[in-house]
Amino acid sequence: MKPVANGSDLPVLLPIRLPALPASEFGDRLVAFFASRRAFVAIVVLAASSVAAAAAADAPMRPGIFETVLKWAPLIGTGFLFNLAISVASMMVGTLAGVLLGLGQISLLRPVRAISWVATQFFRNSPWLVLLFFAMFLLPFEIRIGGFVVSLPAWFKAIIGLALPVMANVAEIVRGGINSVPVGQWESAESLAFSRMQTLWRIILPQAVKRMIPPWMNLYAILTMATTLISVVGIQDAMTLTRGALVAEARTELYLPFYSLLLLYFFAYCYPIARLTQRLERRYAVKL
Amino acid sequence: MQAIADWFKWLANAHGINVSIAYDAFDRTRFLTGLSTTVWLSVVCIVLSIFVGLVGAWFQGARSPLVRACVAAFVQFFRNTPPLVQLAFFYFAVSAALPMVTDPFGQKVPLVNNVGWAIISFSLFAGAFNIEIFRSGIEAVPSATTEAAEALGYTRVQSYVYVVLPLAFRICLPALGNNLVNLVKTTTLAYAIGVPELLYAAAQVWSEVLNVREMMVVLLITYIVIVAVLVGVMQRWERMLRIPGYNA
Repeated sequence: MKPVANGSDLPVLLPIRLPALPASEFGDRLVAFFASRRAFVAIVVLAASSVAAAAAADAPMRPGIFETVLKWAPLIGTGFLFNLAISVASMMVGTLAGVLLGLGQISLLRPVRAISWVATQFFRNSPWLVLLFFAMFLLPFEIRIGGFVVSLPAWFKAIIGLALPVMANVAEIVRGGINSVPVGQWESAESLAFSRMQTLWRIILPQAVKRMIPPWMNLYAILTMATTLISVVGIQDAMTLTRGALVAEARTELYLPFYSLLLLYFFAYCYPIARLTQRLERRYAVKL
Repeated sequence: MQAIADWFKWLANAHGINVSIAYDAFDRTRFLTGLSTTVWLSVVCIVLSIFVGLVGAWFQGARSPLVRACVAAFVQFFRNTPPLVQLAFFYFAVSAALPMVTDPFGQKVPLVNNVGWAIISFSLFAGAFNIEIFRSGIEAVPSATTEAAEALGYTRVQSYVYVVLPLAFRICLPALGNNLVNLVKTTTLAYAIGVPELLYAAAQVWSEVLNVREMMVVLLITYIVIVAVLVGVMQRWERMLRIPGYNA
Protein backbone atom coordinates (compact mmCIF):
# COMPACT_ATOMS: atom_id res chain seq x y z
CA MET A 1 0.00 0.00 0.00
CA LYS A 2 1.24 3.46 -0.85
CA PRO A 3 1.67 5.76 2.11
CA VAL A 4 -0.52 8.83 2.08
CA ALA A 5 1.33 11.84 0.83
CA ASN A 6 1.99 14.38 3.50
CA GLY A 7 1.13 17.15 1.14
CA SER A 8 -2.59 16.21 1.24
CA ASP A 9 -4.90 19.00 2.19
CA LEU A 10 -7.57 16.65 3.48
CA PRO A 11 -7.32 16.87 7.28
CA VAL A 12 -8.50 13.31 7.69
CA LEU A 13 -5.53 11.99 5.77
CA LEU A 14 -3.00 13.99 7.72
CA PRO A 15 -1.17 12.08 10.43
CA ILE A 16 -2.70 12.70 13.81
CA ARG A 17 -0.72 15.19 15.78
CA LEU A 18 -1.06 14.24 19.39
CA PRO A 19 -0.74 17.10 21.86
CA ALA A 20 2.45 16.91 23.86
CA LEU A 21 1.71 15.48 27.29
CA PRO A 22 4.63 16.37 29.48
CA ALA A 23 2.37 16.42 32.53
CA SER A 24 1.16 12.88 32.00
CA GLU A 25 4.68 11.63 31.43
CA PHE A 26 5.73 13.29 34.64
CA GLY A 27 2.74 11.65 36.29
CA ASP A 28 3.73 8.22 35.11
CA ARG A 29 7.16 8.77 36.54
CA LEU A 30 5.66 9.91 39.84
CA VAL A 31 3.39 6.88 40.04
CA ALA A 32 6.31 4.62 39.19
CA PHE A 33 8.22 6.43 41.92
CA PHE A 34 5.52 5.62 44.43
CA ALA A 35 5.52 2.04 43.31
CA SER A 36 9.26 1.88 43.81
CA ARG A 37 11.54 1.37 46.74
CA ARG A 38 12.23 5.08 46.97
CA ALA A 39 8.62 5.74 48.01
CA PHE A 40 9.32 3.83 51.14
CA VAL A 41 12.26 6.08 52.00
CA ALA A 42 10.23 9.15 51.07
CA ILE A 43 7.38 8.19 53.41
CA VAL A 44 9.81 7.52 56.24
CA VAL A 45 11.52 10.89 55.70
CA LEU A 46 8.14 12.62 55.43
CA ALA A 47 6.91 11.12 58.69
CA ALA A 48 10.16 11.99 60.46
CA SER A 49 10.05 15.56 59.20
CA SER A 50 6.42 15.95 60.29
CA VAL A 51 7.42 14.87 63.77
CA ALA A 52 10.29 17.39 63.65
CA ALA A 53 7.89 20.11 62.48
CA ALA A 54 5.60 19.35 65.39
CA ALA A 55 8.61 19.62 67.69
CA ALA A 56 9.35 23.11 66.41
CA ALA A 57 5.91 24.27 67.57
CA ASP A 58 6.47 22.90 71.05
CA ALA A 59 6.77 25.01 74.19
CA PRO A 60 10.41 25.66 75.24
CA MET A 61 9.84 24.57 78.85
CA ARG A 62 9.32 20.85 78.26
CA PRO A 63 11.52 18.56 76.18
CA GLY A 64 10.55 18.79 72.54
CA ILE A 65 8.25 16.30 70.88
CA PHE A 66 11.00 15.03 68.65
CA GLU A 67 13.34 14.29 71.56
CA THR A 68 10.53 12.61 73.47
CA VAL A 69 9.73 10.38 70.52
CA LEU A 70 13.40 9.54 70.14
CA LYS A 71 13.64 8.76 73.83
CA TRP A 72 10.83 6.21 73.66
CA ALA A 73 11.50 4.83 70.19
CA PRO A 74 13.95 2.09 71.34
CA LEU A 75 11.51 0.79 73.97
CA ILE A 76 8.64 0.66 71.48
CA GLY A 77 11.14 -0.93 69.10
CA THR A 78 11.77 -3.81 71.51
CA GLY A 79 8.00 -4.27 71.77
CA PHE A 80 7.88 -4.37 68.01
CA LEU A 81 10.60 -7.04 67.98
CA PHE A 82 8.43 -9.06 70.35
CA ASN A 83 5.56 -8.71 67.86
CA LEU A 84 7.87 -9.98 65.13
CA ALA A 85 8.95 -12.95 67.25
CA ILE A 86 5.30 -13.84 67.84
CA SER A 87 4.57 -13.50 64.13
CA VAL A 88 7.45 -15.80 63.13
CA ALA A 89 6.47 -18.44 65.69
CA SER A 90 2.78 -18.32 64.69
CA MET A 91 3.70 -18.52 61.05
CA MET A 92 5.77 -21.65 61.63
CA VAL A 93 3.08 -23.39 63.66
CA GLY A 94 0.33 -22.23 61.29
CA THR A 95 2.25 -23.29 58.18
CA LEU A 96 2.98 -26.77 59.50
CA ALA A 97 -0.63 -27.35 60.51
CA GLY A 98 -1.92 -25.63 57.39
CA VAL A 99 0.09 -27.81 54.99
CA LEU A 100 -1.31 -30.92 56.67
CA LEU A 101 -4.84 -29.50 56.51
CA GLY A 102 -4.38 -28.46 52.88
CA LEU A 103 -3.14 -31.93 51.91
CA GLY A 104 -6.06 -33.36 53.88
CA GLN A 105 -8.40 -31.42 51.62
CA ILE A 106 -7.17 -33.31 48.57
CA SER A 107 -7.11 -36.66 50.34
CA LEU A 108 -8.77 -39.60 48.63
CA LEU A 109 -10.52 -40.55 51.87
CA ARG A 110 -13.87 -38.83 52.01
CA PRO A 111 -14.04 -38.33 55.81
CA VAL A 112 -10.54 -36.79 55.94
CA ARG A 113 -11.49 -34.47 53.09
CA ALA A 114 -14.75 -33.47 54.77
CA ILE A 115 -13.17 -32.80 58.16
CA SER A 116 -10.32 -30.80 56.63
CA TRP A 117 -12.79 -28.75 54.62
CA VAL A 118 -14.98 -27.97 57.62
CA ALA A 119 -11.96 -27.05 59.78
CA THR A 120 -10.56 -24.80 57.07
CA GLN A 121 -13.83 -22.98 56.50
CA PHE A 122 -14.47 -22.63 60.22
CA PHE A 123 -11.12 -21.06 61.05
CA ARG A 124 -10.92 -19.04 57.87
CA ASN A 125 -14.26 -17.35 58.32
CA SER A 126 -14.06 -16.45 61.97
CA PRO A 127 -12.54 -13.15 63.07
CA TRP A 128 -8.89 -13.29 64.16
CA LEU A 129 -9.63 -11.51 67.41
CA VAL A 130 -12.35 -13.99 68.35
CA LEU A 131 -10.02 -16.92 67.64
CA LEU A 132 -7.37 -15.25 69.78
CA PHE A 133 -9.85 -14.91 72.64
CA PHE A 134 -10.81 -18.52 72.00
CA ALA A 135 -7.22 -19.70 72.49
CA MET A 136 -6.47 -17.37 75.39
CA PHE A 137 -9.47 -18.41 77.43
CA LEU A 138 -9.97 -22.01 76.50
CA LEU A 139 -6.43 -23.36 76.57
CA PRO A 140 -5.50 -24.43 80.11
CA PHE A 141 -2.87 -22.38 81.93
CA GLU A 142 -0.91 -25.56 82.58
CA ILE A 143 -0.96 -29.10 81.28
CA ARG A 144 0.03 -32.34 82.92
CA ILE A 145 2.14 -34.74 80.88
CA GLY A 146 2.78 -37.80 82.97
CA GLY A 147 4.20 -36.47 86.23
CA PHE A 148 5.35 -33.14 84.77
CA VAL A 149 3.34 -29.96 84.96
CA VAL A 150 4.05 -27.76 81.97
CA SER A 151 2.73 -24.24 82.37
CA LEU A 152 1.46 -22.49 79.25
CA PRO A 153 2.39 -18.80 79.37
CA ALA A 154 0.14 -16.20 77.76
CA TRP A 155 2.49 -15.60 74.84
CA PHE A 156 2.40 -19.30 73.99
CA LYS A 157 -1.39 -19.29 73.92
CA ALA A 158 -1.28 -16.16 71.77
CA ILE A 159 0.96 -17.96 69.27
CA ILE A 160 -1.57 -20.79 69.05
CA GLY A 161 -4.46 -18.32 68.81
CA LEU A 162 -2.87 -16.53 65.89
CA ALA A 163 -1.74 -19.79 64.28
CA LEU A 164 -5.35 -21.02 63.96
CA PRO A 165 -6.46 -18.56 61.24
CA VAL A 166 -3.00 -18.80 59.63
CA MET A 167 -3.42 -22.57 59.44
CA ALA A 168 -6.76 -22.26 57.65
CA ASN A 169 -5.40 -19.69 55.21
CA VAL A 170 -2.29 -21.75 54.49
CA ALA A 171 -4.55 -24.75 53.86
CA GLU A 172 -6.41 -22.74 51.23
CA ILE A 173 -3.14 -21.59 49.66
CA VAL A 174 -1.85 -25.17 49.50
CA ARG A 175 -5.10 -26.47 48.03
CA GLY A 176 -5.22 -23.61 45.52
CA GLY A 177 -1.59 -24.15 44.55
CA ILE A 178 -2.06 -27.87 44.00
CA ASN A 179 -5.26 -27.31 42.04
CA SER A 180 -3.50 -24.79 39.80
CA VAL A 181 -1.36 -27.58 38.37
CA PRO A 182 -3.20 -29.01 35.36
CA VAL A 183 -4.88 -32.40 35.82
CA GLY A 184 -2.96 -33.65 32.81
CA GLN A 185 0.18 -33.81 34.95
CA TRP A 186 -1.48 -36.15 37.42
CA GLU A 187 -2.63 -38.33 34.57
CA SER A 188 0.75 -38.44 32.84
CA ALA A 189 2.44 -39.27 36.15
CA GLU A 190 -0.01 -42.08 36.67
CA SER A 191 0.66 -43.42 33.22
CA LEU A 192 4.39 -43.40 34.08
CA ALA A 193 3.57 -45.63 37.09
CA PHE A 194 4.20 -43.01 39.76
CA SER A 195 2.32 -43.67 42.96
CA ARG A 196 0.04 -40.94 44.30
CA MET A 197 2.59 -39.96 46.95
CA GLN A 198 5.39 -39.83 44.39
CA THR A 199 3.30 -37.76 42.02
CA LEU A 200 2.48 -35.31 44.77
CA TRP A 201 5.99 -34.91 46.19
CA ARG A 202 8.05 -35.16 43.03
CA ILE A 203 5.86 -33.63 40.36
CA ILE A 204 2.98 -31.55 41.67
CA LEU A 205 4.37 -29.88 44.80
CA PRO A 206 7.67 -28.65 43.33
CA GLN A 207 5.66 -26.71 40.76
CA ALA A 208 2.90 -25.66 43.11
CA VAL A 209 5.24 -24.35 45.83
CA LYS A 210 6.44 -21.59 43.51
CA ARG A 211 2.90 -20.37 43.17
CA MET A 212 2.20 -20.66 46.87
CA ILE A 213 5.09 -18.46 47.97
CA PRO A 214 3.63 -15.03 47.04
CA PRO A 215 0.25 -15.57 48.80
CA TRP A 216 2.10 -17.16 51.71
CA MET A 217 4.25 -14.05 52.11
CA ASN A 218 1.17 -11.91 51.84
CA LEU A 219 -0.37 -13.92 54.64
CA TYR A 220 2.75 -13.41 56.72
CA ALA A 221 2.44 -9.63 56.32
CA ILE A 222 -1.22 -9.87 57.38
CA LEU A 223 -0.22 -11.96 60.38
CA THR A 224 2.49 -9.48 61.40
CA MET A 225 -0.11 -6.74 61.36
CA ALA A 226 -2.51 -8.95 63.31
CA THR A 227 0.01 -9.52 66.11
CA THR A 228 -1.05 -6.17 67.57
CA LEU A 229 -4.27 -7.94 68.58
CA ILE A 230 -2.40 -9.58 71.46
CA SER A 231 -2.40 -6.20 73.20
CA VAL A 232 -6.21 -6.49 73.39
CA VAL A 233 -5.97 -9.74 75.34
CA GLY A 234 -3.42 -8.26 77.74
CA ILE A 235 0.03 -9.23 76.48
CA GLN A 236 2.65 -6.50 76.47
CA ASP A 237 3.59 -5.70 72.89
CA ALA A 238 4.50 -2.60 70.90
CA MET A 239 0.95 -1.28 71.16
CA THR A 240 0.82 -1.69 74.95
CA LEU A 241 4.23 -0.05 75.30
CA THR A 242 3.14 2.89 73.15
CA ARG A 243 0.10 3.38 75.33
CA GLY A 244 2.26 3.03 78.46
CA ALA A 245 4.73 5.62 77.18
CA LEU A 246 1.86 8.02 76.48
CA VAL A 247 0.49 7.50 79.98
CA ALA A 248 3.94 8.13 81.44
CA GLU A 249 4.39 11.33 79.47
CA ALA A 250 0.80 12.51 80.01
CA ARG A 251 0.85 15.00 77.14
CA THR A 252 -1.97 14.94 74.60
CA GLU A 253 0.18 16.54 71.88
CA LEU A 254 2.33 13.39 71.89
CA TYR A 255 -0.51 11.09 70.81
CA LEU A 256 -0.20 11.83 67.12
CA PRO A 257 3.60 11.42 66.85
CA PHE A 258 3.66 8.29 69.02
CA TYR A 259 0.99 6.43 67.12
CA SER A 260 2.61 7.60 63.87
CA LEU A 261 5.84 6.06 65.07
CA LEU A 262 4.09 2.77 65.75
CA LEU A 263 2.44 2.83 62.32
CA LEU A 264 5.84 3.59 60.86
CA TYR A 265 7.45 0.57 62.49
CA PHE A 266 4.89 -1.72 60.91
CA PHE A 267 4.95 0.08 57.58
CA ALA A 268 8.75 -0.18 57.47
CA TYR A 269 8.47 -3.94 57.93
CA CYS A 270 5.39 -4.81 55.87
CA TYR A 271 5.87 -2.55 52.86
CA PRO A 272 9.11 -4.22 51.66
CA ILE A 273 7.42 -7.61 52.07
CA ALA A 274 4.52 -6.41 49.94
CA ARG A 275 6.91 -5.14 47.24
CA LEU A 276 8.85 -8.41 47.24
CA THR A 277 5.59 -10.37 47.04
CA GLN A 278 4.57 -8.40 43.98
CA ARG A 279 7.89 -8.97 42.31
CA LEU A 280 7.81 -12.70 43.00
CA GLU A 281 4.25 -12.85 41.73
CA ARG A 282 5.34 -11.37 38.44
CA ARG A 283 8.38 -13.60 38.23
CA TYR A 284 6.50 -16.82 39.00
CA ALA A 285 3.58 -15.99 36.74
CA VAL A 286 4.50 -18.80 34.37
CA LYS A 287 2.10 -20.95 32.43
CA LEU A 288 2.16 -24.58 33.42
CA MET B 1 -40.08 -20.53 72.70
CA GLN B 2 -40.61 -21.33 76.39
CA ALA B 3 -39.85 -24.97 75.73
CA ILE B 4 -36.47 -24.09 74.22
CA ALA B 5 -35.66 -21.81 77.16
CA ASP B 6 -36.64 -24.55 79.58
CA TRP B 7 -34.50 -27.07 77.75
CA PHE B 8 -31.42 -24.81 77.93
CA LYS B 9 -32.12 -24.20 81.62
CA TRP B 10 -32.23 -27.97 82.14
CA LEU B 11 -28.99 -28.31 80.16
CA ALA B 12 -27.30 -25.73 82.41
CA ASN B 13 -28.49 -27.44 85.58
CA ALA B 14 -27.99 -31.04 84.54
CA HIS B 15 -24.79 -30.83 82.51
CA GLY B 16 -23.31 -27.43 83.33
CA ILE B 17 -23.50 -26.26 79.72
CA ASN B 18 -24.69 -22.76 80.43
CA VAL B 19 -25.92 -20.96 77.30
CA SER B 20 -27.38 -18.11 79.32
CA ILE B 21 -28.49 -16.10 76.29
CA ALA B 22 -31.02 -18.84 75.47
CA TYR B 23 -33.06 -18.45 78.66
CA ASP B 24 -31.98 -15.23 80.33
CA ALA B 25 -33.88 -12.30 78.78
CA PHE B 26 -31.31 -9.74 79.97
CA ASP B 27 -28.34 -11.59 78.47
CA ARG B 28 -30.26 -12.30 75.30
CA THR B 29 -31.12 -8.63 74.83
CA ARG B 30 -27.50 -7.68 75.36
CA PHE B 31 -26.33 -10.28 72.86
CA LEU B 32 -28.93 -9.32 70.25
CA THR B 33 -28.09 -5.62 70.68
CA GLY B 34 -24.45 -6.51 70.09
CA LEU B 35 -25.42 -8.54 67.04
CA SER B 36 -27.45 -5.69 65.57
CA THR B 37 -24.58 -3.26 66.25
CA THR B 38 -22.17 -5.55 64.41
CA VAL B 39 -24.54 -5.92 61.47
CA TRP B 40 -25.22 -2.18 61.35
CA LEU B 41 -21.51 -1.37 61.63
CA SER B 42 -20.69 -3.89 58.88
CA VAL B 43 -23.34 -2.59 56.49
CA VAL B 44 -22.36 1.06 56.98
CA CYS B 45 -18.67 0.23 56.53
CA ILE B 46 -19.34 -1.92 53.46
CA VAL B 47 -21.27 0.89 51.76
CA LEU B 48 -18.71 3.55 52.68
CA SER B 49 -15.73 1.38 51.75
CA ILE B 50 -17.22 0.64 48.31
CA PHE B 51 -17.73 4.39 47.91
CA VAL B 52 -14.11 5.05 48.93
CA GLY B 53 -12.99 2.35 46.50
CA LEU B 54 -14.96 3.77 43.56
CA VAL B 55 -13.82 7.34 44.15
CA GLY B 56 -10.23 6.24 44.75
CA ALA B 57 -10.16 4.09 41.62
CA TRP B 58 -11.50 7.04 39.65
CA PHE B 59 -8.84 9.35 41.03
CA GLN B 60 -6.21 6.74 40.27
CA GLY B 61 -7.11 7.07 36.60
CA ALA B 62 -6.88 10.88 36.81
CA ARG B 63 -4.57 12.87 34.57
CA SER B 64 -3.02 14.84 37.42
CA PRO B 65 0.10 13.04 38.63
CA LEU B 66 -0.21 14.52 42.10
CA VAL B 67 -3.68 13.03 42.58
CA ARG B 68 -2.48 9.60 41.45
CA ALA B 69 0.53 9.76 43.75
CA CYS B 70 -1.72 10.68 46.67
CA VAL B 71 -4.04 7.75 45.99
CA ALA B 72 -1.06 5.38 45.69
CA ALA B 73 0.34 6.62 49.03
CA PHE B 74 -3.07 6.28 50.68
CA VAL B 75 -3.45 2.70 49.47
CA GLN B 76 0.07 1.67 50.50
CA PHE B 77 -0.32 3.26 53.92
CA PHE B 78 -3.58 1.52 54.76
CA ARG B 79 -2.55 -1.82 53.31
CA ASN B 80 0.74 -2.07 55.17
CA THR B 81 -0.14 -0.96 58.68
CA PRO B 82 -2.15 -2.91 61.27
CA PRO B 83 -5.86 -2.03 61.32
CA LEU B 84 -5.83 -2.03 65.12
CA VAL B 85 -3.09 0.61 65.21
CA GLN B 86 -4.98 2.61 62.58
CA LEU B 87 -8.04 2.49 64.78
CA ALA B 88 -6.04 3.59 67.83
CA PHE B 89 -4.39 6.27 65.75
CA PHE B 90 -7.75 7.71 64.78
CA TYR B 91 -9.50 7.22 68.09
CA PHE B 92 -6.74 8.38 70.44
CA ALA B 93 -4.41 10.55 68.37
CA VAL B 94 -6.52 12.23 65.69
CA SER B 95 -9.44 12.62 68.08
CA ALA B 96 -7.19 14.37 70.61
CA ALA B 97 -6.04 16.77 67.94
CA LEU B 98 -9.61 17.71 66.99
CA PRO B 99 -11.58 20.36 68.92
CA MET B 100 -14.18 19.31 71.50
CA VAL B 101 -17.84 20.17 71.04
CA THR B 102 -20.53 20.81 73.62
CA ASP B 103 -23.36 18.28 73.72
CA PRO B 104 -27.00 19.19 74.57
CA PHE B 105 -26.31 18.58 78.26
CA GLY B 106 -23.52 21.14 78.28
CA GLN B 107 -20.70 18.60 78.51
CA LYS B 108 -17.56 18.67 76.45
CA VAL B 109 -17.45 15.66 74.16
CA PRO B 110 -15.11 14.71 71.29
CA LEU B 111 -16.19 15.75 67.81
CA VAL B 112 -16.47 12.11 66.67
CA ASN B 113 -17.30 9.33 69.14
CA ASN B 114 -15.87 5.81 69.20
CA VAL B 115 -18.50 4.38 66.84
CA GLY B 116 -17.78 7.20 64.40
CA TRP B 117 -14.05 6.54 64.47
CA ALA B 118 -14.61 2.81 64.05
CA ILE B 119 -16.70 3.50 60.94
CA ILE B 120 -14.16 5.96 59.52
CA SER B 121 -11.19 3.72 60.27
CA PHE B 122 -12.68 0.48 58.88
CA SER B 123 -14.12 2.21 55.83
CA LEU B 124 -10.75 3.69 54.93
CA PHE B 125 -8.98 0.39 55.63
CA ALA B 126 -11.31 -1.68 53.48
CA GLY B 127 -11.62 1.17 51.00
CA ALA B 128 -7.87 1.10 50.37
CA PHE B 129 -8.15 -2.58 49.40
CA ASN B 130 -11.26 -1.82 47.33
CA ILE B 131 -9.34 0.81 45.34
CA GLU B 132 -6.83 -1.84 44.29
CA ILE B 133 -9.61 -4.32 43.52
CA PHE B 134 -11.59 -1.86 41.42
CA ARG B 135 -8.44 -0.70 39.66
CA SER B 136 -7.60 -4.24 38.62
CA GLY B 137 -11.21 -4.64 37.46
CA ILE B 138 -11.04 -1.43 35.44
CA GLU B 139 -7.73 -2.49 33.91
CA ALA B 140 -9.33 -5.77 32.88
CA VAL B 141 -11.92 -3.94 30.77
CA PRO B 142 -10.54 -4.05 27.20
CA SER B 143 -9.27 -0.66 26.08
CA ALA B 144 -11.21 -1.17 22.83
CA THR B 145 -14.42 -0.89 24.87
CA THR B 146 -13.39 2.46 26.35
CA GLU B 147 -12.25 3.66 22.96
CA ALA B 148 -15.58 2.64 21.47
CA ALA B 149 -17.37 4.61 24.18
CA GLU B 150 -15.16 7.59 23.43
CA ALA B 151 -15.90 7.27 19.74
CA LEU B 152 -19.61 7.34 20.55
CA GLY B 153 -19.09 10.70 22.22
CA TYR B 154 -19.12 9.66 25.87
CA THR B 155 -17.24 11.98 28.18
CA ARG B 156 -14.71 10.50 30.58
CA VAL B 157 -17.20 10.50 33.46
CA GLN B 158 -19.97 9.05 31.29
CA SER B 159 -17.84 6.24 29.92
CA TYR B 160 -16.65 5.53 33.47
CA VAL B 161 -20.18 5.36 34.87
CA TYR B 162 -22.05 3.70 32.00
CA VAL B 163 -19.45 1.49 30.33
CA VAL B 164 -16.33 0.80 32.37
CA LEU B 165 -17.79 0.43 35.87
CA PRO B 166 -20.60 -1.99 35.01
CA LEU B 167 -18.10 -4.31 33.34
CA ALA B 168 -15.32 -3.82 35.89
CA PHE B 169 -17.72 -4.42 38.74
CA ARG B 170 -18.63 -7.84 37.40
CA ILE B 171 -14.97 -8.76 36.98
CA CYS B 172 -13.97 -7.80 40.51
CA LEU B 173 -17.00 -9.09 42.42
CA PRO B 174 -15.25 -12.24 43.74
CA ALA B 175 -12.28 -10.25 45.06
CA LEU B 176 -14.64 -7.64 46.45
CA GLY B 177 -16.58 -10.36 48.25
CA ASN B 178 -13.38 -11.60 49.91
CA ASN B 179 -12.48 -8.13 51.06
CA LEU B 180 -15.95 -7.46 52.46
CA VAL B 181 -15.81 -10.72 54.42
CA ASN B 182 -12.50 -9.49 55.77
CA LEU B 183 -14.11 -6.18 56.67
CA VAL B 184 -16.88 -7.89 58.63
CA LYS B 185 -14.22 -9.82 60.54
CA THR B 186 -12.29 -6.60 61.15
CA THR B 187 -15.28 -4.98 62.86
CA THR B 188 -14.43 -7.08 65.96
CA LEU B 189 -11.49 -4.71 66.50
CA ALA B 190 -14.01 -2.06 67.56
CA TYR B 191 -14.05 -4.00 70.82
CA ALA B 192 -10.69 -2.39 71.62
CA ILE B 193 -12.23 1.10 71.71
CA GLY B 194 -15.37 0.03 73.52
CA VAL B 195 -17.92 -0.07 70.71
CA PRO B 196 -20.70 -2.35 72.03
CA GLU B 197 -20.61 -4.82 69.12
CA LEU B 198 -21.00 -8.58 69.21
CA LEU B 199 -17.64 -9.47 70.75
CA TYR B 200 -18.03 -6.75 73.38
CA ALA B 201 -21.53 -7.95 74.27
CA ALA B 202 -20.33 -11.55 74.47
CA ALA B 203 -17.41 -10.52 76.69
CA GLN B 204 -19.86 -8.74 79.00
CA VAL B 205 -22.01 -11.84 79.22
CA TRP B 206 -19.15 -14.26 79.86
CA SER B 207 -17.47 -12.08 82.45
CA GLU B 208 -20.70 -11.92 84.45
CA VAL B 209 -22.14 -15.39 83.94
CA LEU B 210 -18.70 -17.06 83.70
CA ASN B 211 -19.62 -19.17 80.69
CA VAL B 212 -16.64 -18.37 78.45
CA ARG B 213 -16.67 -21.78 76.77
CA GLU B 214 -20.32 -21.69 75.73
CA MET B 215 -20.34 -18.03 74.72
CA MET B 216 -17.17 -18.53 72.69
CA VAL B 217 -18.80 -21.29 70.66
CA VAL B 218 -21.96 -19.19 70.21
CA LEU B 219 -19.81 -16.24 69.16
CA LEU B 220 -17.82 -18.22 66.58
CA ILE B 221 -20.98 -19.75 65.13
CA THR B 222 -22.67 -16.35 64.97
CA TYR B 223 -19.76 -14.85 63.06
CA ILE B 224 -19.65 -17.77 60.69
CA VAL B 225 -23.37 -17.37 60.01
CA ILE B 226 -22.91 -13.64 59.37
CA VAL B 227 -20.06 -14.36 56.96
CA ALA B 228 -22.05 -17.14 55.29
CA VAL B 229 -24.97 -14.76 54.74
CA LEU B 230 -22.64 -12.17 53.24
CA VAL B 231 -21.00 -14.75 50.97
CA GLY B 232 -24.48 -15.96 49.91
CA VAL B 233 -25.60 -12.42 49.10
CA MET B 234 -22.44 -11.76 47.10
CA GLN B 235 -22.85 -14.98 45.11
CA ARG B 236 -26.49 -14.16 44.39
CA TRP B 237 -25.47 -10.71 43.31
CA GLU B 238 -22.80 -12.16 41.06
CA ARG B 239 -25.36 -14.45 39.41
CA MET B 240 -27.83 -11.60 39.06
CA LEU B 241 -25.31 -9.34 37.35
CA ARG B 242 -24.00 -12.03 35.02
CA ILE B 243 -24.28 -11.06 31.38
CA PRO B 244 -24.99 -14.17 29.30
CA GLY B 245 -22.21 -14.67 26.82
CA TYR B 246 -19.86 -12.16 28.44
CA ASN B 247 -17.20 -14.05 30.26
CA ALA B 248 -14.81 -11.85 32.10
